[in-house]
Amino acid sequence: MNTAPAAPEAITATAAPSAPAEAGAERTRKFEKCVEVLNRYHRNPAKLIPILQEIQESYRYLPEEVLVFVATSVGLPPARVFGVATFYAHFTLKPKGKYVIRLCDGTACHVRASQPILDALRGRLSLTATEQTTPDMLFTVETVSCLGACGLAPVVVINEDVHGQMTPETAVALVDEICTKEQGA
Amino acid sequence: MEQKTDQKPTVLVDGREVTIDGERNLLELCRKANIDIPTFCYHSNLSVYGACRLCLVDVKGRGVVTSCTTIPEAGMEFKTTTGEIREMRKIAVELLLANHDMDCPTCPKSTTCKLQDLARKLGVREVRFRKTNRVEPIDRSSPSIERNPNRCVLCGDCVRMCDEVQSIGAIDFAYRGSECSVVPAFGKDLNTVECVHCGQCVAVCPTGALTPRSEIDAVWADIDNPKKVVVAQVAPAVRVAFGEQFGLAPGAAATGRMVAALRRMGFDQVYDTSFAADLTVIEEGHELLGRMASGEKLPIFTSCCPAWVKFSEQYFPELLPNLSSCKSPQEMFGSLARYILPKQLGVAPEDLVIVSIMPCTAKKFEAKRPEFQHDNIPGVDHVLTTQELITMTDAAGLNFPSLEPESFDMPLGFKTGAGVIFGSSGGVTEAVLRFAAEKVTGKPLTQVEFHEVRGNEGIREATVALGEASVRVAIVHGLANARALAERVRDGHAHYDVVEVMACPGGCVGGAGQPVSNDPGARAQRAKGLYEADRTTDLHKSQDNPMIREMYETWLGEPGGPLAHELLHTHYASRKRITDSDFTVLPSAEKRPVCVSVCVGTNCYLKGSQEILSKVLNHVETNHLHGAVEVKGTFCFENCGQAPNVAVNNQLIESATFEKVMEAVNEASCPAKSPA
Ligand code: SF4
Ligand code: SF4
Ligand code: FES
Ligand code: FES
Repeated sequence: MNTAPAAPEAITATAAPSAPAEAGAERTRKFEKCVEVLNRYHRNPAKLIPILQEIQESYRYLPEEVLVFVATSVGLPPARVFGVATFYAHFTLKPKGKYVIRLCDGTACHVRASQPILDALRGRLSLTATEQTTPDMLFTVETVSCLGACGLAPVVVINEDVHGQMTPETAVALVDEICTKEQGA
Repeated sequence: MEQKTDQKPTVLVDGREVTIDGERNLLELCRKANIDIPTFCYHSNLSVYGACRLCLVDVKGRGVVTSCTTIPEAGMEFKTTTGEIREMRKIAVELLLANHDMDCPTCPKSTTCKLQDLARKLGVREVRFRKTNRVEPIDRSSPSIERNPNRCVLCGDCVRMCDEVQSIGAIDFAYRGSECSVVPAFGKDLNTVECVHCGQCVAVCPTGALTPRSEIDAVWADIDNPKKVVVAQVAPAVRVAFGEQFGLAPGAAATGRMVAALRRMGFDQVYDTSFAADLTVIEEGHELLGRMASGEKLPIFTSCCPAWVKFSEQYFPELLPNLSSCKSPQEMFGSLARYILPKQLGVAPEDLVIVSIMPCTAKKFEAKRPEFQHDNIPGVDHVLTTQELITMTDAAGLNFPSLEPESFDMPLGFKTGAGVIFGSSGGVTEAVLRFAAEKVTGKPLTQVEFHEVRGNEGIREATVALGEASVRVAIVHGLANARALAERVRDGHAHYDVVEVMACPGGCVGGAGQPVSNDPGARAQRAKGLYEADRTTDLHKSQDNPMIREMYETWLGEPGGPLAHELLHTHYASRKRITDSDFTVLPSAEKRPVCVSVCVGTNCYLKGSQEILSKVLNHVETNHLHGAVEVKGTFCFENCGQAPNVAVNNQLIESATFEKVMEAVNEASCPAKSPA
């Protein structure tokens, strides 16, 4: 049983295994939030998934340095932690944009031609299947399998807002609208 | 039916009775009964994975199951081959082939590939599934290993080997579904992660996805160059495995014919790494006795195994002072040869080419270490594995069995039995004990064999009496064993004088450069071959090697003396396991650009860091500042109270606005104007 390990020694800042030697401002990074989460879970490797979940909530994504730090702290090889982080769809290793556009590619939406919408959105924002976020970090376009709104197929979700019965044109119009609003801001 | 108590339980395999003798699964039972069940993901020394679904058997009352995961029970009846099973196996192999780059004729694993072998044995004549045509780049970053993901069949053997036997976990499964692949952390190159180049993953990979990096072409080029004098040194473990490919039993010494083959290929001199091993014994023996006298830096850890050396640099920096400062025999040979051969052979130093033949992939990495380069000249130019030497023998059209045995060249080819047993786990310790015993007691040692340090167990301990004194030794092979022992030493729970570590199971005889062997007993046979070679050699103690004595008298001076130190010793420093990187939004080609890192952590993001990022990018774009300004996204600066945070070079700007950032950028790009 792993519930009562010896009192975990707090991980100190100097334990950061990957603190880059040269980058000045970054040297001060103490992984404070990681340390707090890790200590709360007693650095238990069996709790890797909840640990990563909480850390992602703080950092919005799971940067490489953080994954290496977590791996070293719980005593797992970084390759294993990377494997877990890439296996579960809700972990992300790259930061996402301010507007995350999710296009449903479940069966219902696919049948109702979600692909042309995806192509149009990617075309409008110069994104691809591997480049999912615009350089200015404003938009991320990704596909998800079934959002459970098949009645509205094809469905596009932008952050929390669901838009049903989309066409390539209406989807691009949504993007244009956001762009205008952001420029005005 | 009543079972008599003195009778062992039995099962019925294909109608024949087979007794259960503690076999862990039906597969082992079948193998004992000489039934060759095909497997892809089963290795007796690794955990059971049960994923390839080739080892199927049909158990009466249960149906078709995987034999590797089924525990034998008394009275069980099963069939190992039925029409249904054959078809299922065929489908499994076809599915693997559909995901496999079938470039067999140009693959180094061709003829020793398990996938090829199975396809042939099962009579697969076509692949009925659509080929996936994803092409992944080949990873040639490592000096030791070539990784071709297009040939990977995801059996996971390498992953479990690296994790369970070597306790490293440098490679693992990542991504999911059709994207699933076996990769180093973050999809990085193997050379930039914690891989120690031991090659044990290569040794278990059933396909050509992981193979030793070949240096054959470079060696032929030097042999073909008339200006070059090419000399070879052959490691002890090579001679007892080289013949396997030519029909000899593992362990049968092929030394004489191997030397003949090397000369016929065009090597100008053929020397023996065992000579350098004798030299290592003298240097390391003095080092040990010195440390025992002063009580410092004990235990001494051996440093002949480059995979272990890298492992300790990464995981046990506090034990590095305990590592023997002796170079490995390969590198001692290199330094000494560079020092004496130009004169002895009358060759210009730059025309001397030194080639090692090693059972090992990590030796390739060792030869490239900066510690072993002097004025940009490496101690050893090229490292070939036993496998590569076999390929070269074939390429040269040599009929190995018909070669007349020849002997090594002098003086660097003369060795004692002590230098030969280096190739087996326990051999280094025994060789050093043979030296230390005479030194300590001052009397000739007559009984030279130290059986207490021999054997197969992964961790062995012994206390050996040397006259009045006694030496506490520990011998480990396999890096998981090494980790366990090193932790105990580091934490003060175990006390020794000598610790010998070899990364490969069984020591160098089990190195990843050795011929691919399907015979699990091969390692033990090879080791036996080395001990036999020792017994049939006239001299058994390194200190009795007349060529070594001459070496000290004419060239080196005292063991451990200044010149010996310069040529034969080195030191190691701790190293990072993984090289890391920021992600760059806008890369810059300029040498010293102003670096803007914008925090995209949750707090800064909510307080508008995205707007700043986007405005900075815009500014750079409209003013053509690419090259002068590099923009990065970075995660939490841990200064969330003052969000948004942006760093310009080393200066952190709290509660940042676009204007504040640009002010800092301008200041940073014109240092003259900024206050000192
Ligand atoms: S060479 Fe050794 S350390 Fe490197 S990945 Fe293979 S098994 Fe792991
Ligand atoms: S690289 Fe080789 S051993 Fe590793 S999963 Fe792929 S086929 Fe199996
Ligand atoms: S060997 Fe049994 S499933 Fe692979
Ligand atoms: S989120 Fe930017 S400093 Fe914490």
